[in-house]
Formats: sequence, structure tokens, C-alpha cells
Amino acid sequence: MQLQVTNSPFSQEQVELLNRLLPTLTESQHVWLSGYLSAYFRAAESVPAGTALQVVSAPPAAPAASPVPEVSISAASREVTVLFGSQTGNSQRLAGSLARKLEENGFQVTLSAMNKFKPNGLKKVENLLIVASTHGEGEPPDNAISFHEFLFSKRAPQLENLHFSVLALGDTSYEFFCQTGKDFDKRLEELGGSRLTPRVDCDLDYDEPAAEWIGNVLNALAARFSSPAAAEAAAAVLVEAEPAASPSEYSRTNPFHAEVLANINLNGRGSDRETRHLELSLEGSGLQYEPGDCLGVVPQNHPELVDSLIRELGYSADESVPVNKKGEESTLRDALLHHYEITVLTKPLLEQAAKLSSNGKLQELLAAGNEKELKSYTEGRDLLDLVQDFAPWQASARDFVSILRKLPARLYSIASSFKANPDEVHLTIRAVRYESHGRQRYGVCSVHAAERLQEGDTIPVFIQNNPNFKLPANPDTPVIMIGPGTGVAPFRAFMEEREDIGAEGKTWLFYGDRHFVTDFLYQTDWQRMLKEGSLTRMNVAFSRDSEEKVYVQNRLLENSSEVFKWIQEGAHIYVCGDEKHMAHDVNAALINIIAHEGGMSPEDAAAYLSGLQEQQRYQRDVY
Amino acid sequence: MANDQLVKPIGGPPSEVEHIKSRSNYLRGDLVEMLAQPLTGGLPEDENRLMKFHGSYMQDDRDLRNEREKQKLEPAYQFMLRVVAPGGVATPEQWLVLDELAQKYGNNTLRVTTRQAFQMHGILKWNLKKTIKGINDTLLTTLAACGDVNRNVMSNPNPYQSEFHAEVYEYARKLTDHLAPRTPAYHEIWLDGEKVESSEVVGEVEPIYGPVYLPRKFKIGLAVPPSNDVDVFSQDLGYIAIIENGKLAGFNVAVGGGMGMTHGDTATYPQLAKVIGFCRPEQIIDVAEKTVTIQRDYGNRSVRKNARFKYTIDRHGLDWFVKELHDRMGWQLEEARPFHFEHSGDRYGWVKGTNGKWNLTLYVQSGRIHDEGEHQLMTGLREIAKIHTGDFRLTANQNVIIANVSAQKKRKINELAEKYGLTDGAHLSALRRSSLSCVALPTCGLAMAEAERYLPSLVDTLDLIVDEAGLRDKEINIRMTGCPNGCARPALGEISFIGKAPGKYNMYMGAGFSGERLSKMYRENIDEKEIVDTLKPIIQRYAKERNEGEHFGDFVIRAGYVKAVHDGTEFHS
Repeated sequence: MQLQVTNSPFSQEQVELLNRLLPTLTESQHVWLSGYLSAYFRAAESVPAGTALQVVSAPPAAPAASPVPEVSISAASREVTVLFGSQTGNSQRLAGSLARKLEENGFQVTLSAMNKFKPNGLKKVENLLIVASTHGEGEPPDNAISFHEFLFSKRAPQLENLHFSVLALGDTSYEFFCQTGKDFDKRLEELGGSRLTPRVDCDLDYDEPAAEWIGNVLNALAARFSSPAAAEAAAAVLVEAEPAASPSEYSRTNPFHAEVLANINLNGRGSDRETRHLELSLEGSGLQYEPGDCLGVVPQNHPELVDSLIRELGYSADESVPVNKKGEESTLRDALLHHYEITVLTKPLLEQAAKLSSNGKLQELLAAGNEKELKSYTEGRDLLDLVQDFAPWQASARDFVSILRKLPARLYSIASSFKANPDEVHLTIRAVRYESHGRQRYGVCSVHAAERLQEGDTIPVFIQNNPNFKLPANPDTPVIMIGPGTGVAPFRAFMEEREDIGAEGKTWLFYGDRHFVTDFLYQTDWQRMLKEGSLTRMNVAFSRDSEEKVYVQNRLLENSSEVFKWIQEGAHIYVCGDEKHMAHDVNAALINIIAHEGGMSPEDAAAYLSGLQEQQRYQRDVY
Repeated sequence: MANDQLVKPIGGPPSEVEHIKSRSNYLRGDLVEMLAQPLTGGLPEDENRLMKFHGSYMQDDRDLRNEREKQKLEPAYQFMLRVVAPGGVATPEQWLVLDELAQKYGNNTLRVTTRQAFQMHGILKWNLKKTIKGINDTLLTTLAACGDVNRNVMSNPNPYQSEFHAEVYEYARKLTDHLAPRTPAYHEIWLDGEKVESSEVVGEVEPIYGPVYLPRKFKIGLAVPPSNDVDVFSQDLGYIAIIENGKLAGFNVAVGGGMGMTHGDTATYPQLAKVIGFCRPEQIIDVAEKTVTIQRDYGNRSVRKNARFKYTIDRHGLDWFVKELHDRMGWQLEEARPFHFEHSGDRYGWVKGTNGKWNLTLYVQSGRIHDEGEHQLMTGLREIAKIHTGDFRLTANQNVIIANVSAQKKRKINELAEKYGLTDGAHLSALRRSSLSCVALPTCGLAMAEAERYLPSLVDTLDLIVDEAGLRDKEINIRMTGCPNGCARPALGEISFIGKAPGKYNMYMGAGFSGERLSKMYRENIDEKEIVDTLKPIIQRYAKERNEGEHFGDFVIRAGYVKAVHDGTEFHS
């Protein structure tokens, strides 16, 4: 399509410029540019600071269409590089907010995802701030893997001139808490860098410590550069380059109470699984999302567990206790239902609890040398176990809740397209129920959704952008989606979106679960899309229907040559779902396919796949 | 084959099903491809039609249909597999195989059909091939259990007259074999047989049926008087065994019976077969083959609900048919011989045959073999099959006979029957023992109302009336179907119900006790309360006013409740 004023939103001048540029692009430039533009605008949405403006000029249509100011020598000395490694978007958002604050304070900021940062430029960086989350068992998030590898490789340069600081995000219920942040912190020091301010490790409730770290960083940088005056011009332009779009007033810290429009069990009768399809109303919230984004849901703890806990501790349910550090209070029962985490045991929690119990066994469990026992104790147990196992407790209810973590929101990959369902958001939530240590255990949010959330009720939600799981900018690009179980959720969003915009690229969905008859999530949706042609191919694997168990990776391998053909045609590959087994096996299957079909060694095939990941052609949303 | 062409086949454009058959290349269609399609548990319309010839209907659990639609799941598609068993006979080895397949791939039940066949329900598409292979490995087949072909041939499983049973059964088997489709499609699709190109087949692929098979299903039954358990007058082609001087002299031939009709369409009706003559035993195959070819050539291929053989006969007249048959056979039937039917029910309990072997007829409610509470019918029959050396026989009344039991085995089998709660129905009312119902909901796609799941509880209520009237041991044939297609032969019930809508039935009365007269509608579209209110005074009056030996069906005609129907054309008038 030749761009014209009549068939595009551009002005005559823009059309001419674009038409002059576009035909000259090679295919790889084309792919690079489309990826860059989509990432650029997305970053602009979630990170209101102008990002990496040294590289690209502000969008021509923006009011501040003046050329980027010459980078003065004094400004250059105030350059700060902010790198983030983010899986679900928290680190990215914090990095963006940090960048904005830096700019407000007159610094010139380069903000980038780690995999978008050319590592050979590291040597020139004087001020480096890192925000990194940790994934799974102490692993870096997908977009930090290559940078992490580089730093720990022999190619990593000496960094004597580097001043750095690290903000690490994590979850204390995991053994390798904040490991990636710790890795970066330690490694940068080894390479000769010096710390601007000590690393801060954040638990799930990261807002306060993160804000504190940002404050420390600003102070430390200010101290390094005595005069804050120099780069006002640049900062002015950067601030004006903020997108005009007004974000919703609702956010992670101020969630929107969404009404439940529908709550359906997607598993047919006789299934041993229960997967809820939730349809929530966003009407009046101003919230919007894109396919691939997540919805944060603030759940309630199970009332049975709360009541048992209160009974066991002998407190009064009506007793008033604080629910946050701002001094707000509620009854103990409400606080335990809505505000505090009671289903997970972490080492810090046990250490705090030990101060409230006179039971020597808890001290003993925490003693040095008993790490293994401690880890094994915390697995599959909750606060009620702790309270029962290490009585008597000498603490008031107020003391007791003060040791608890804030009840974290749960993130679910959104299963709908906003375009196709304006003012609605759909989720696919599998109820988690299992027995452990002689007692029935319930997933906090999933069982809340399955058992206690009725149509007409409301539940607090917020949008969590996931820039690392996005459809290709070009709707003609082929898409391969691999999402067994509830991992199929974002692909329903993808497909709805593509139907809505009339995308013409090929699509291929790999899906699996246990039983065809009862566990084929959204079966009739896929059947319709296949019939209408928006979904080109679909392969399914139902592991418990045949004598030999089959999974999505088997289906991938069975279609090896065709999958490779799609990859060669530029297909983007998306994987969503279980990390430990599925994502690992799918990754191995893809390497296998690339090696076999492309005639490569396994190492080269792995590098090829990493290359796809770098180009954002292989994106994962795994958990 | 020469016909004088004075009588022309009925015209009209062929129905869609005729096109499906025609383009199927002898029942192949796209079955192989569609069976392998992994995203649906169902089959498209064309393949579903063809599946019937292979012995299977696609069904779905209708109880779950709406629920699953909301759950964004397709209907719970599953397949019913019908196993051909001429005369209802199966060996203990075959019984064990079917039992195992029903447990492994089916819904843990077996069903005895009203035509003495086995049915398995709830088989998933991906398990069809394994199940059919298992059935064939035990020398049974599903081919032609459904579809526009000759269906399972019924014959009296007579436990008294053992020698006649054996002889008549042998003819049932021969008829089945002779009229079986010859297409290699069945072997190709289910048994990994080599694909045979039609051009390579020597001679015709289907010498009897031709490429489009029959216009509609075709049913044959063999009765041995005095029992008319097979409802010989409900058959397209009925044979009535004539025993003379202790020997099988031959068969009277009856043609043009059938049960099915459509609600609100008086051009459709149940009909009784008419006796047209007598043939020698060895002539039975020729009579059947030529009758089938006449229906093949003259049946209505335009309107399926008028396509049964009974309409062909009624359209052209019995005389035309007899002449056409004689022309095609090249010989003539003899004059029909006298016969006498006394009943159409089963004789329950232990009976000694003339061969000195024992037979145990068990009562099976609605023909459903399963385990329920203390009635471990499925397990019990399995345990019996493990030690049994005779055979099993399914009756036309949906019961099971453990046949040809030696005196030594009798005690052991009796013990097993008691252990697993199997019953000869002695403690049940004669009304219940004489009840018959089709499958209907939730699996049958045609059902408009319940039958198998509802009749037992309706009989509970009627039992109270019957008991009060002192008629507990009086056999009254009571039949229920979920739709008017007639699988439980409701037009031959002394009391019968044909489903109209959930909980609503048309009520019929007045059929002959031994199946010689049709019933007539007495009340339309009534629910249980109306059924009970209507029947109660009639039963009470029957108890008081009946003549010696008078059957309920005869009484309601004498008492003027309904008019006698001796011909289907009077059924609606």
C-alpha cells in the first residue's frame, strides 16, 4: 500500500518522507524498525519519560517538534543510564519512574531494557542504575538474560569509572530471593565499579523500599555533581515529550473495583480441574490494555483459614489492628481477609515470628546449619501451621500482624482484546486446590474466584502492562502461539485482537491439557476462528486421553519442518504457561527443530533461538 | 428382473441422504480424514450419515448440551455402537469382550436393544477404531447394524423348543450373512484392511444393494409360534415358523410392517405386516433377497419418512408386490399355513429345553446392563460368562437368557445370579415385567421426551393401581418411546406412550396381546398426572369387568375406549 494523505493519518510532508524512506528499507531494517517503533511507543506509554531520545527524535507530530538539542559537554557529564530487566513489567515501570525523576533533576537519561542495550557501550557509561527482577529459581528475566551472560563472560570489560546502584525485585518466599539483582550488584563491583548507594532488595510489596532507593540514588548523584543547573534545555524537551494520553487514575496502588459480569467454569463435568472464565467490567475506570498485558487482581484470603487462625491465636476477630504503615486500621478479621498474606511462609517471617514465640523449636529451626530443615518446613505450609506448631505466642494481635507481608495482588494474563470487548477484561483462572500436611489448601485468588466471587460482586484490579509479550507490529507477520492449559489465555486476546483489526498474517496455535472432552478451554472459540480462517492452524495434545502422554512439545516436533518454515518466514513465537516443565520442554523442542531443519549444531540452534529472543520474535509469558 | 413397468417407481428428486450415499463411494466418504480430525469429537453431517451403515450413531449427552455451550465447549459428542447379533445370540467369550470394551471405551453399560442387538454408548471418536477392532476380533460386527440396509435379523430365542431354536436361528444367521453389505470400506476404515479400488473389484461391489443401498432401513424377524416375541408383524419382512409333525415345515411370509411415524403427519403411520404365503425353509433366502431388491427399486428415495417398505406396499398394493416377487423369484409361494400366537412377552426364570439343557431368563430393566447398588447385573453376567459353556441370548423384550446350561453348571450359575442380585423378575409386577422402552434421553438425538429413565418410575406409580386392583400378576404390555420412530414398538403395546415434549406423551391403547393388532391414540400430549388419572379408572374397570382370559388390549376395545386398528391406514382415523 502506497501511503497517501487519504489512507493514513499523516500529513503531506510526513507521507512524502515516509514514502521516500520505506522503499529503501531492507527486510531486516523493516523488521527492526517495526519492532523498534512498537517498543518505542509502548515504552512511551508505560514510562512517561522520554526514552532514549539521543537515538531517535521525538515523534514528528508531537508539539515539541524541535530538533533534539545538541548534547552539551556539561550535559554529557550528567548522563545516567538506567537499565531494567523485567518479566512482568514492574521493574520496567520503576525504571521509567526513576528516569522521569532523574530528568526532573536535570540529568540526561538513557533508559533501556537490558537486551536493547549494546553491551559494548558499557565501558563508556559512568552512571549506571539497574532495576532487575528475579524469575523462577533465581534466574534473570527473559530480557535480562543476554546482558547477564555478557557481564559474567570473559568479554565483560573492566569498569573502574563506573558508578552504579542496583534495585532488586523479588519475593522472599523463593529461595533465591532477588538473586539477579544480587548477581549484578556483585559482578559490577568485581569489574571495578563503585556503588553510588547500596543495593536495595524488595519483597512483593516493593513501593516503599523502591521509593527510598530512588531517593538515595538521587541524593548520591546530586552529591557527585555539585551543580544541578546545566542541562535544563534538554530536560525541558524531554518533559514535554511525555505522551498526551491521560492514564487512568486507577493503578496498582489504587485498584479499580471491577464488577463481575460472568464467572463460568470452563471445564466440563467430570473434569478433575476447574478453570474459571471471569468477565469483568472496566466501565468508568478509564483502564485500557493491549493483548499480552496482565491484570492484577487483589484477592481475599479464604475466610475459613482466617477464622481458624484467629481461633488458634485466641484473639478477638473484632479487635482493631493497623492494615498499613499509613496508620489505617480495621478489624483483625478484615485485616487478615483483605490486607495480609497468610498462606506463605518466608524465612524473614519466621525470624520475626521467633521473637513472638517462646517455643524454642522455632529458634532451633532458624539456627545456623538448619537451612535445609527450614526450607522443607516452609514448603506447603501456611501461617496456621506456624501458629499451631510453635505455640505459645506472646504477642498482641497488633504485634502479630506487624510481622506479616502485605497480601500481594495476583497477575493474570488477560484473555480478551480490549478492542473486541470494550470496557471488559476477561481472565482464565485455574482453581488451585491441594492437600498438604493433612489439610486442604487453597490458592488465594483462584479459589476466591472459583468459590466466592459471584456475578455482580466487585473485585479490585489494575492493569499491568507487559511490554515483553506483544503481537508483532506488522499484522501480516505469521504468529506461532504455544499455550497449554491456562497459558492459552493471552492467545485468546491475541486472536480477538487480530480478528478485530482484520489482521491477515497466518496464525498457529498449539494447545494442550488433560482431557479433550472436559478440558479443551475455549474450544468453541477456536473452532469458530478456524472455520472463519482467522486462526490458520491448531494442534492439540491431551495428555490423559491416550496411553502415551502427549504434550504441546510433541506436536511441535511432529510439525518440525512446517514450524521451521514459519520461523523462516519471520514468524513470531509466543509461549505462555507453566515455566518449570512446559516452557523448558518447548524451548528444547524449538532448539531441536531449528537444529534439525536448519542443519545446525545444537549450540548454533540455541544461539539462533536467542537471536529470535533478542529480536523479540520469541517472547514468553511463563510462570 | 423384468417388470412390465406398469408400476413405476415413485419419482421426485432424491433426498440429500441419497446424494450422500451416492458420493460416498460405497460408504467411505471422508470418514478416515474426519475421524482423525483432532479439534472436534464429532463428525460432519455426511460422515455421520455414513457412520450408521458402519453401525454407529453420533450422539451427545443432551443433559449437558446447554451447560457445555455456556462453558465454550462443543456438545459432549460420543458414539453409540451397535453390534449385530442375529437372533440375539452371543458366546460367553464374545460377551466378555463386549463387557470389557464397554468398560474400557464405553460408559460402563451394555444395552440390549429391542431388536436383540448389543449397544455400547459413550464411545469417543478416537476410541471407535479400537472398539470396532475389538468387536471384530471376537467375530462380531457392527457393519449394517444401522443404516439403509437389512438390520439385525431377529429370531425367537425360544428356551422350550431347543431344536427349533437352533434351526430357526441358523436361518437368521444365513439371512444376515446373505444381506450384509459387501463394500470393503468397513475393513479399510476400521480393520486396517488394504484399500481396494472399486475398479479392481470383480463384478459388482454391492450385488444386492447397488451403490445407493436401500431407500431406508429394512427389518427382518423370525417368529416361532406360539410366541410372537419378535413382533413379527412389525417387521418389513416377517417369517412365521410353521412346525408340522415335530419338524420345521417352512415359514409363512409376512410383508410390509413397520412402527415409525411422524407426529402430525397422517401420511406416516405404523403398519402391520400381511401374510402373503408360505415358503420352504431353504427358500427363505431367495424370498428375502428378492423382497429387498423390490424395495431397492420401488421404495421412495425422495421423501425419507415415506421410504419404508410398508409405504411401498401400501402405495402399489399387496397383489402387485406378490406378483413382482414371484416374477423375480421365478417360483411362487405356497398358500399360507395356519398358525397361532399366544403372547409376545418373555417366560422368566429357569426353563428346561427339549435338549435337556437349562435356560435362565433374567429380567433386565429397559435392557440396560449395568451395576447399580445391590443389582450388579453387569458384574454378575461377567462372572457367569467366565464359567458358562452354553450361550447368551438377548430377547426382543430386552431381557437376557443364559441358555444351554448343563445340569452341573446350573447350581453355580444360580449362585452367581443370587450373589450379584440378578433377578428373574418374579417379585416384580407382571406389568413391569412386560414393559419395554427405548433409550431416548440423554443420548438419543431424536428423543423428544424421556423413556428408559422415566418408564420405571411411571410403572412404580401404576403398580400401586394395579396392586389395588388385584392385577399384580396380570401381564399387560406397556411400552414407551421418546419419539414416534418406534424403537420399542409402541404401536403394539396394550398401553403405550410416545414422547411429544419433555414430560408430555401421547397415550395409546388397544394393541393385541400377541402383537396382531395396532394400538390407537386415546389421549394427546398428557403429563404424568393426566396419565395416572386417565389410566386408573380404566384399570379398575378392567379388573372388575374383564372376561375370563381377556387381555387389557382387547378389553379397552370392547369397553369402547378405542377402536380396533387392524391396518395402519386406520391408525389416525
